[in-house]
Amino acid sequence: MSGEARQPVTGMLLPAADDEDAAAFWRWCAAGELRVQQCAACGALRFPPRPLCPHCRAFDHDWARLSGRGTVWSWVVAHPPLLAAYAEQAPYNVVVVTSDDDPAIRFVGNIVESPGDRLDHVDPHRIAIGDPVEVVFEPVEDGLALPRWRRRTT
Amino acid sequence: MDEPLLIRDRTAIVGVGHTEYAKSIDRSEKRLALEAILAALADAGIAPYEVDGLSSYTLETTDETEIARNLGLGDLTWFSQVGYGGGAGCGVVGQAAMAVATGQCRVAVAWRSRKRGAASARPWAGVAERVKGNHQWTRPFGLLRPVDEIAMLTRRYMHDHGATRPQLGAVAVTVRRHANRNPDAMMHAKTLTLEQYLDARWVSEPLCLFDNCLESDGAAAVVITGTDRARDLPGPPVLIHGFAQAVPRQHQVMTNYFCDDPLLGPSHACASLLWRHAAFGPGDVDVAQLYDAFSPLVPLSLEGYGFCGRGEGASFGEGDRLAFDGPGRIGGGLPVNTSGGGMSEAYLHGFNLIVEGVRQMRGTSRSQVPGATTCLVTSGEGVPTSALLLRSDDR
Repeated sequence: MSGEARQPVTGMLLPAADDEDAAAFWRWCAAGELRVQQCAACGALRFPPRPLCPHCRAFDHDWARLSGRGTVWSWVVAHPPLLAAYAEQAPYNVVVVTSDDDPAIRFVGNIVESPGDRLDHVDPHRIAIGDPVEVVFEPVEDGLALPRWRRRTT
Repeated sequence: MDEPLLIRDRTAIVGVGHTEYAKSIDRSEKRLALEAILAALADAGIAPYEVDGLSSYTLETTDETEIARNLGLGDLTWFSQVGYGGGAGCGVVGQAAMAVATGQCRVAVAWRSRKRGAASARPWAGVAERVKGNHQWTRPFGLLRPVDEIAMLTRRYMHDHGATRPQLGAVAVTVRRHANRNPDAMMHAKTLTLEQYLDARWVSEPLCLFDNCLESDGAAAVVITGTDRARDLPGPPVLIHGFAQAVPRQHQVMTNYFCDDPLLGPSHACASLLWRHAAFGPGDVDVAQLYDAFSPLVPLSLEGYGFCGRGEGASFGEGDRLAFDGPGRIGGGLPVNTSGGGMSEAYLHGFNLIVEGVRQMRGTSRSQVPGATTCLVTSGEGVPTSALLLRSDDR
């Protein structure tokens, strides 16, 4: 499902992966797996990544693989003024997806048909809260892929 | 356990001042800050050398030493800054009140000076191609601006509670009507109808142009001192009855999507402390200045501060219940943002809301709520926030 790494539209923003916890999340995305931290002591999942479990205060954690299935929690359609690389693709959708594995885990992303689609590929007004989606990974450079979402029927 | 020492009514706002508000002002942020503070001190009847405390936003570009040596202030014995952009405003004033109430200073000045051209004025615009920290979970996907972040919460709120665009439009239209009565407001001469609101261009669906605050240059300042001193000054003191700040549990600034209940905003936690320390409740509030960087923050704040139940904030504004000349407190309404607020007077990260709260308590607003003696002022919903309860002095 993840094709050749495409050149992202010039000027699009990429994650800095600026600490070890964030870097691990992005490394798993590059490997085509959606994983979040799971506390080694109490088993709670957490995202965005951080060093300490807020439930039991344990530092030790694993990276638990999620099913990659979720539902649309909310969505917007962004219109200019925007950074140039995004304005060129506007209007486009941005969604928040709730993981089907744990309703406390949510991700921000975009609905696409295939990884590598422009952000305006899908008609945003066909998106609805509750839509079932699944993760797809879009390689954007060596060692970095962004999770995006496509509709699923089951 | 000892009872806590409450700041209730122990300090007062005794002076307010502001520059003109405009899209572009040709003077520096430092100069604007100095002008606003001078105006506030003149309004208070207090000499600059008496000021020994300074309070501001971390967004501020002019530090305390620059303010003090320009104005010829005396020795400063207390100074502080509050973070989180538009969440800071009431905290800036409330922390100054705490400092005065505990004797750390006698006369404190709090201010906000902003130029939209300055990088600090639009922290979200300072983006690099690599996005650090919490922004890396949202901005690469095109959720770039504060309006996008709040639009995401708004869509879900509308879905959960059946809120409508005309209900959000009622907020924009009402505060615009207030601005039309306020010669200092940037939108003084521009009317807004619900039809114009509904026809406006999108910015981030479901939010349109008129759901957004203004972009403004300008500065405003207030002077805080002890209530005893305040009663000896020429003007009527406006008592700081209550003050609270809050970072709710598991909160993420602006993009609060990663918790159990993203729509349970910071105002709920802030209101809890505010009302616990107050001698009156939401039903006794005559007028409110609610932080309105975006129109949906008004219904969310109405809910958070207890004027209606969760999900009822959008319909609360129907029937002109937010208007200065609407049904008012007795009629089940609450006049809000009587100067035009951030959406139609000026956007100074909420500081002009505090100035208008003082005017209402002095009886000098251009859209005065008759007989108003209590006013709630709030700061940014969606970020670590703060709130003030003001009341007129009944002595």
